[in-house]
Amino acid sequence: MPLDLKGVSKQVGGETHIYPTDLTLEPGVFNILLGTTGAGKTTLMQLMAGLERPTAGEVWFGGVNVTGMPVQKRNVSMVHQQFINYPNMSVFENIASPLRVARMPKAEIKARVERMADLLKLTPLLGRRPSELSGGQQQRCAMARALVKDASLVLLDEPLANLDFKLREELRDELPRLFADRDCVVVYATTEPVEALLLGGNTATVFQGRVAQFGPTGEVYRRPGTLTSAQVFSEPPINTAPVTKDGATIRLGEHTDWTAPPPIQALPDGAYVFGIRPHHVTLAPDGTHPVAIDGMVLVTELSGSESVVHFRLGADDGAAPWVSQSHGIHAVPVGQVARLHMDVAQGLYFEPDGARIAA
Amino acid sequence: MNKTVNHKAWFLVLPVLVLVAFNAFIPLMTVVNYSVQETFGDNTFFWAGLIWFEDVLHSERFHAALVRQLTFTFTILAIEIPLGVVIALTMPKRGIWVPVCLVTMALPLLIPWNVVGAIWNIFALPEIGLLGQVLNGLGIDYNFTRQPGAAWFTLIAMDVWHWTSLVVLLAYAGLVSIPDAFYQAAKIDGASTWAIFRHIQLPKMKRVLTIAVLLRFMDSFNIYTEPFVLTGGGPGNSTTLLSIDLVKLALGQFDLGPAAAMSLIYFLIILALSWIFYTLMMRDEER
Amino acid sequence: MAKITLAGVRHSYGSTRDDRADWALQHLDETWEDGGAYALLGPSGCGKTTLLNIVSGLLRPTEGRVLFDDRDVTDQPPDQRHIAQVFQFPVIYDTMTVHDNLAFPLRNRGVDETRVKARVREIADMLELTDMLGRRARGLTADGKQKISLGRGLVREDVNIVMFDEPLTVIDPHLKWQLRSKLKELHQRVGLTMVYVTHDQTEALTFAEQVMVMNEGQVVQIGTPVDLFECPQHTFVGHFIGSPGMNVLPCTLEGGKAVVEGHAIPIANPVTSAAGRLEIGVRPEFIDLADRGAETGVPVEILKVSDAGRYRVVHTCLNGFVIKALVSEGVEIPADGARLALAPEKTRLYADGWLVPDGGTP
Repeated sequence: MPLDLKGVSKQVGGETHIYPTDLTLEPGVFNILLGTTGAGKTTLMQLMAGLERPTAGEVWFGGVNVTGMPVQKRNVSMVHQQFINYPNMSVFENIASPLRVARMPKAEIKARVERMADLLKLTPLLGRRPSELSGGQQQRCAMARALVKDASLVLLDEPLANLDFKLREELRDELPRLFADRDCVVVYATTEPVEALLLGGNTATVFQGRVAQFGPTGEVYRRPGTLTSAQVFSEPPINTAPVTKDGATIRLGEHTDWTAPPPIQALPDGAYVFGIRPHHVTLAPDGTHPVAIDGMVLVTELSGSESVVHFRLGADDGAAPWVSQSHGIHAVPVGQVARLHMDVAQGLYFEPDGARIAA
Repeated sequence: MNKTVNHKAWFLVLPVLVLVAFNAFIPLMTVVNYSVQETFGDNTFFWAGLIWFEDVLHSERFHAALVRQLTFTFTILAIEIPLGVVIALTMPKRGIWVPVCLVTMALPLLIPWNVVGAIWNIFALPEIGLLGQVLNGLGIDYNFTRQPGAAWFTLIAMDVWHWTSLVVLLAYAGLVSIPDAFYQAAKIDGASTWAIFRHIQLPKMKRVLTIAVLLRFMDSFNIYTEPFVLTGGGPGNSTTLLSIDLVKLALGQFDLGPAAAMSLIYFLIILALSWIFYTLMMRDEER
Repeated sequence: MAKITLAGVRHSYGSTRDDRADWALQHLDETWEDGGAYALLGPSGCGKTTLLNIVSGLLRPTEGRVLFDDRDVTDQPPDQRHIAQVFQFPVIYDTMTVHDNLAFPLRNRGVDETRVKARVREIADMLELTDMLGRRARGLTADGKQKISLGRGLVREDVNIVMFDEPLTVIDPHLKWQLRSKLKELHQRVGLTMVYVTHDQTEALTFAEQVMVMNEGQVVQIGTPVDLFECPQHTFVGHFIGSPGMNVLPCTLEGGKAVVEGHAIPIANPVTSAAGRLEIGVRPEFIDLADRGAETGVPVEILKVSDAGRYRVVHTCLNGFVIKALVSEGVEIPADGARLALAPEKTRLYADGWLVPDGGTP
């Protein structure tokens, strides 16, 4: 049963938190809301759950208008960023609590809790209290409680944000498996583009109370509809610069130009915006159409396996610096001009108003 | 669909509205009714206009009671708030002593108000009370039933004893919510104890202290039982606070009209002062 | 500025100290050079914050000494050690303006007001806070507040060491990049000794010149990011650093080669014999994927492929053991089965978790 938001908006005290939004979320895949803190992800989830009432518009679930129906009647479960468990109950009782509310027979409860615990590797911990668990275990327990009842809508609001990096990696790997054989709508909010990519499914890029784009995750990442969508879905941030098109040539600054791909050549001459992700700007020529570009090096960050160079194109005009991300370790001296290479075949072209031009 | 939900909601708040009407609005209106009429107690009423209000506002007796009331309230606020904060600051933040301290602190709050009055009455009696005997034994001439100064001292000591705990508990709740990182950062910044208090503890306690000041202000302005049991407003009229004066007027002399007018003025003073306090203390928050 | 020496430092929070588990910090002898950028990396509860608090003076070690240059500061309180610390959650003085926040540590030390003004201005310029100096600190965003916390440390001219305790926890990813490069830039500019505590390997590796990987109260490996990445001394380091972490597979040793599930795999460390639980470790980055028809390589099934944008993580399976391999964007991945080629110079043998030294163990 799909979840439909039809022209849903939310205003609080004259301030618009969510602008009119249409969104159809299908069961069986991860639906990811990607955006920065304060973009409106949590509000969207509360509207979906029925914790908040839309100012205008309707929420439909499986062909039924559920606008205004209280959350208790909607069969929703939710996992929050903070690990929320009942502190005075054992892990078993915590997981069993939604089933007890539903007055399920004891044997059935036991079977379900045990299956859930097994899936989330909580079996040896069933007798413990939440305070005796590590952060990762507490969040597993909270997740088990959300998943043990057959909710038709499961909302996960940045569930991994408070976990250690490695635990996050581990749980992220397991998550899609947990939902593999369930017929429920899963919504997952995150601030991290890489997390969205690794989880797959569909992604909605959310920015300042609006859904910028919605579609299959890889599609939204590689073919962003707007500059905003591309910016939300890039880590490190996508590099952008104003360019001019002159016949078949694209010119960036004074010294850099290249031949535009055919669809761009067909456009009228003039000013456009060029965007390219940091891993397509490298220290050694890479890809199918490398174009050299010089940059003033501001900072270099060398991790164990890659080099990240922050640099400025031309004069300091207040624009955000560019970032280059290359394989291998290359010590580039700070304060000097370095030569970098853009794989322009991977570049994105935008109208001055931000709409992407298909190339 | 929207409408059904709304109707149901109204239906659910209805009992509350009825209750509020019975125990707040209707009695208040009765008072308003009395305050503009003259009666001789035989259920016949004559329109009196605003004459009672004028009388009360020009009455020296009312002025004197009001001055006593303000003196009392501001004195206890000036003692209880700083004292409460200081005690809260010295209380342990963690460990086995926390519950011991909290329970000890809460004890005075658990005692019924008239019992507090009775305890202090006996405690302070010069002939048999511990406090009275000790003071007199030290050569201080102390008798709260005869000396206005001694009566005031006892009254204030009693209120401080009874209510400082409330301020302590509120301030303590504010203090324990400050994360350790703030103290650590302040240590590293080389902040003095005073600077820590001024820039970390006080700002973080501000909300609870606002509540404490408001509660103590309203409560002390309404105080009746304890001074009534302790001194009965005496010696003379020296400790006759507004509430005691009001009861004397209404039930002692049965001047229902003036008493009703006085009640309303009394009520408006509390409302106005509370509002002024609140805005002054919250003004900073909004910026 | 100073060189920091930790001599035989141990710490226990409890009163019993019989067991290994009673020590939050096992035993540490370490020197941090003046002007270096260091990171303490490890999971929650590994002792990294304990160590940080011992250096800053918020905690006194149960045993051992802390030296700044050659001065023993073990018994000195934090304000006398001239340190700066940025905490996980931004610590600002709510009621003060940004300017007064930055001036606070100087005013506490009785610096005269003209000097305070000049210094605050200088630091605000460096941190791009100049426009906000007159504003109340409370209204700032999380990254602005963290900059203030940092600024309060940098504003003092006598600072020996700047310490960061997971400073980017509350910052959104796109701002994380900016703030992280800002920290790096600051280090390059002011040349102070900086220590950065985190559980996030990316932050540790990009920030530090030397990373100390900690686990269960002890240092597992100290090295440059490249050392840690290319040659982990322990499988824990291999697992903890890198995303995804190093593949670790149980093996036996035959004729100088590791044998995994019947497949002989050449290894980088020349080893003739080794004792203990043997495993090989190889990073997903150092595994090439060939299709099933290839003549060499370990045949595996493909379980799933996760797209991370610039690369894909291929989860493969060899008789129940999961092996992950990274494949760059745009490279074809065979649909059903594949053969894995493990780079011999990057595949190493571990015994009981530790890297087997050249020649092996008797």
